[in-house]
Amino acid sequence: MTEGIILGISGPVVTVRSNAPVRMFEIAYVGNAHLLGEVIRIRRDQVDIQVYEDTNGVRSGEGCAFTGELLAVDLGPGILGSVLDGIGRPLKKLGEDGIFIRRGIHTGLLSHVQEMPFVPSVRVGDALRPGSFIGCSREGSHVEHRIMVPPFSRGGIVEYIAPEGRYALDRTICRVSDGEEYALSQKWRVRVPRPVQERLPLDRPLITGQRVLDTLFPLALGGAAVLPGGFGTGKTVTQQSLAKWCDADIIVYIGCGERGNEMTEVLEEFPELSDPWHDAPLMERLVLIANTSNMPVAAREASIYLGMTIAEYYRDMGYNVAIMADSTSRWAEALREIGGRLEEMPGEEGYPAYLGSRLAQYYERAGRVRALGEPDRSGSVTVINAVSPAGGDFSEPVTQASLRLSGAFWGLDKRLAQQRHFPAINWSQSFSLYEEILDPVFSKEIGPRRDELKQYLRAMLDNDRRLVELVQLVGRDGLSEEDKWILLMAELIRIVYLQQNAFSDADASCSTRKQFEILDILKRLDDVVRKRIFDGVVFEEIAEIPFLGDLLRIREFSETDFGAEASRWLNDQMNRVSGLAVMPK
Amino acid sequence: MTLSKEGFRSITGMTGPLVFVSGISDAGYGELVTIESPEGRRLGQVLQIDKDITTVQVFDGTMGLDTGNCTVWLERDVVRMPLGNGLIGRVMNGRGESLDGEALSFVEDILPVTGMPINPYMRESPNAYIETGISTIDMMNTLVRGQKLPVFSGAGLPANRMAAQIVRQATIPGRETSFLVVFAAMGITRREAQFFMDIFNETGAVNNGVFFVNLASDSAVERLLTPRMALTAAEYFAFVKGYDVLVILTDMLHYCESLREIGAAREEVPGRRGYPGYMYSDLSEIYERAGCVRGSVGSVTQIPIITMPDDDMTHPVVDLSGYITEGQIVLDRGIHDRVGYPPVNVLPSLSRLMNKGIGRKRTFESHRALADQLYASYAKAKELEKLRLIVGDDGLTDTEKDYLRFGDAFERKFVNQGDTRRSLAESERISWECFRELPRKELYRLPEHYISRFWRSEGTRS
Repeated sequence: MTEGIILGISGPVVTVRSNAPVRMFEIAYVGNAHLLGEVIRIRRDQVDIQVYEDTNGVRSGEGCAFTGELLAVDLGPGILGSVLDGIGRPLKKLGEDGIFIRRGIHTGLLSHVQEMPFVPSVRVGDALRPGSFIGCSREGSHVEHRIMVPPFSRGGIVEYIAPEGRYALDRTICRVSDGEEYALSQKWRVRVPRPVQERLPLDRPLITGQRVLDTLFPLALGGAAVLPGGFGTGKTVTQQSLAKWCDADIIVYIGCGERGNEMTEVLEEFPELSDPWHDAPLMERLVLIANTSNMPVAAREASIYLGMTIAEYYRDMGYNVAIMADSTSRWAEALREIGGRLEEMPGEEGYPAYLGSRLAQYYERAGRVRALGEPDRSGSVTVINAVSPAGGDFSEPVTQASLRLSGAFWGLDKRLAQQRHFPAINWSQSFSLYEEILDPVFSKEIGPRRDELKQYLRAMLDNDRRLVELVQLVGRDGLSEEDKWILLMAELIRIVYLQQNAFSDADASCSTRKQFEILDILKRLDDVVRKRIFDGVVFEEIAEIPFLGDLLRIREFSETDFGAEASRWLNDQMNRVSGLAVMPK
Repeated sequence: MTLSKEGFRSITGMTGPLVFVSGISDAGYGELVTIESPEGRRLGQVLQIDKDITTVQVFDGTMGLDTGNCTVWLERDVVRMPLGNGLIGRVMNGRGESLDGEALSFVEDILPVTGMPINPYMRESPNAYIETGISTIDMMNTLVRGQKLPVFSGAGLPANRMAAQIVRQATIPGRETSFLVVFAAMGITRREAQFFMDIFNETGAVNNGVFFVNLASDSAVERLLTPRMALTAAEYFAFVKGYDVLVILTDMLHYCESLREIGAAREEVPGRRGYPGYMYSDLSEIYERAGCVRGSVGSVTQIPIITMPDDDMTHPVVDLSGYITEGQIVLDRGIHDRVGYPPVNVLPSLSRLMNKGIGRKRTFESHRALADQLYASYAKAKELEKLRLIVGDDGLTDTEKDYLRFGDAFERKFVNQGDTRRSLAESERISWECFRELPRKELYRLPEHYISRFWRSEGTRS
């Protein structure tokens, strides 16, 4: 076995002299405490290792054992519902030792002694290719976990297939002609993308349930969105709302260098949630990777690859997976910190020069694909990454690099957040490149009036900006009666449509149908009032009507009741408005 | 087996607070060393090991040390903090040595000050309301037991006075015992330290607290240990002894400047404004040591105080803190000058855990809605104030003028409460006094049944 002696220690980076050649990114056990680490630089016989655990108390002169293996994770039934640290250790298991995480504990993601159900779907004599289904297991009460021939294996003719029953994860359940054996679980190297048959066009929407996103800045299945925002702009709440309500089958949520209490919040809230799209409660469709800010920085670096590997695994089964990392900036800072310890030449703002290419390696693993093997199936991995720009300044390198790699940019705005306009997505700054492809898809589902309403929404938001500027120049008296109304109407749209209350049961998620209906009622209200203003009703009379309170109240109606309730309300308003006196011209 | 201590007379260089020692073949990362010079002994800590050269940071500075006559002894242990009930009521310096002359002889446990990360799975969500008696906090940015909620302050603004007021007034309704206060002063002036000690004496907190004082004139390296000492004590009392602990850390800006000083001495690649690139990780090792955990009745609540240089909220220390902590209370110079005390600007202030601590059974059912309405109305009032500067009073509608009156009442009555203690019911009553300036239809975030309970028609427009 290759071994080494510790020469130097600087934070998470340990320098070792090895007695034989080692591989890049090989796993090593460092020091007497056997801390897990990964080789990140080799200079002759000196090897730099990033250590995934705290190095305090490690001494020079202690030993180091190289394993020859790369960082890999067990994939198999039992992943869903688990809470992992950045290198895939189940935190529940670590919690058996007390409230603090001790060092040097090695435990895999899956428990190999636990037996999981298996129902075969092939017979002796069937041909198997890499990626083909062998059978099916089950996670929780609802999620079908398809057992696949590992990619990069050879496949062959089935010689043995286990009958229906419960099996330990590493027991052979299938053997093919040339002797290859498959079990319920397989290992995968987290830094290597899982292969696919073919990449498919991104022409289907991921429904987020957030009005401002689905209407103005839609995201495609297999696409990538970035969510940048300074602190306090609601990144985490927005991302949690997306995790709770988007229509992906499986959610991988990575708390990457963020707060411990936020992870607890996820753990306490998510199990109770169910949504209209799925049979299974959210917690049974979720993997939570919790590498909080005070946990070792190198594991933060590894956590996003771990998450992506799990996402790809479920994608290969034919699921639509959404992976959310909060936040990319903390990951980039981990790179910067380790780069600094290695005394690498820094790039912009001290980040390593390879920041962009490393980020690309992550983002490019998103996509909608045709999976390997039989049956023919497609799945997707959609990336939604939060970015925490220093000082809220979007020109910093992590935001800019993410921007280049993603197709939707949902910029969070401090000013909106301070007005408690949530989600604080800035509608003039954000964009989605998927809009052109997805708009026809939405319109096909909902009807051609959606296009019209969307144009109306854009026009009103634009009018709002223009008129606010105008008012600041000439005062409100300089506006026509109609413009005064447009200002008020735009405010109604901002508050009733663009704002969404993440803490209200009825409003936290909004179906595309209800989104359309709310916008429709707003437009019809606008038409009614504008007509009366043309007739000569003065704006002051209209301004006395409490439209806003009413609209917020009816927004709380469920999708089934909303349409009727809103129409009734609109009728009342029509009567009310037509009763207003007209000023003689 | 007992090892006899090893000494090395091989200091090869010194810079700032750092000493470089050659020839140590088995130095321990983060371990303590003693440097013995003809003038006495000094403590240091291993900061980096690079083959033959071990870098040591010296807590008392390097002045007077030389390369020839000093011996570096390896203590073979990391920095630890002695703990026990006897710690309560004691005043220590920034590295945990008694300042009142008596030795710390009560030791029940002795733990490394770096601590260990709390397993996120073992945390419990903070959900108990803490009443601070300050309207802008209780009503709009509620502090919750186990939260870390910093005060961002401009230089010269009364952050200390406010922290002291919180220490004096904070209670958890329904709990008998008051908070155990752990106080860590980092680089503050003697005057500021005296201010706090006077308050603690006056309120009796002095007998129910643990105090760590690192003054501006004390060692900058020691300042890096101070919050870790304090939090080790806090965790011990919370999770072993079951106390509700309130930790005041002041001032985190000085702590970060020490971090920068060491980084510069090590010739590290600097990040923003010269602060080290690992400052986020370092700060989170401090701030994350707060919370509630499974199986323990105690809790650690943190109120760090951070001075914003030039009132700049994007300053790296303030910015990074904001990303780690669970909200912030922002003090504002304009409000200080124009309105009074406490000068909290609620608009950029935030408590992320507020929703967990309020509502039915905790405070009152419409608490969230009332806070939202106050926010929305005040934000609109501030926007309109700007508009008035441009278009004048004549350019505003009647409703808009109502908003201006609301904004004024809000600042004058609700924000400006002085040193008094207000119950939540009083804060609620004052909120409604302010709302009286607005037409009823503008209270669109409040449920109808709640409005009708408080809405009185006299003196208001309908």
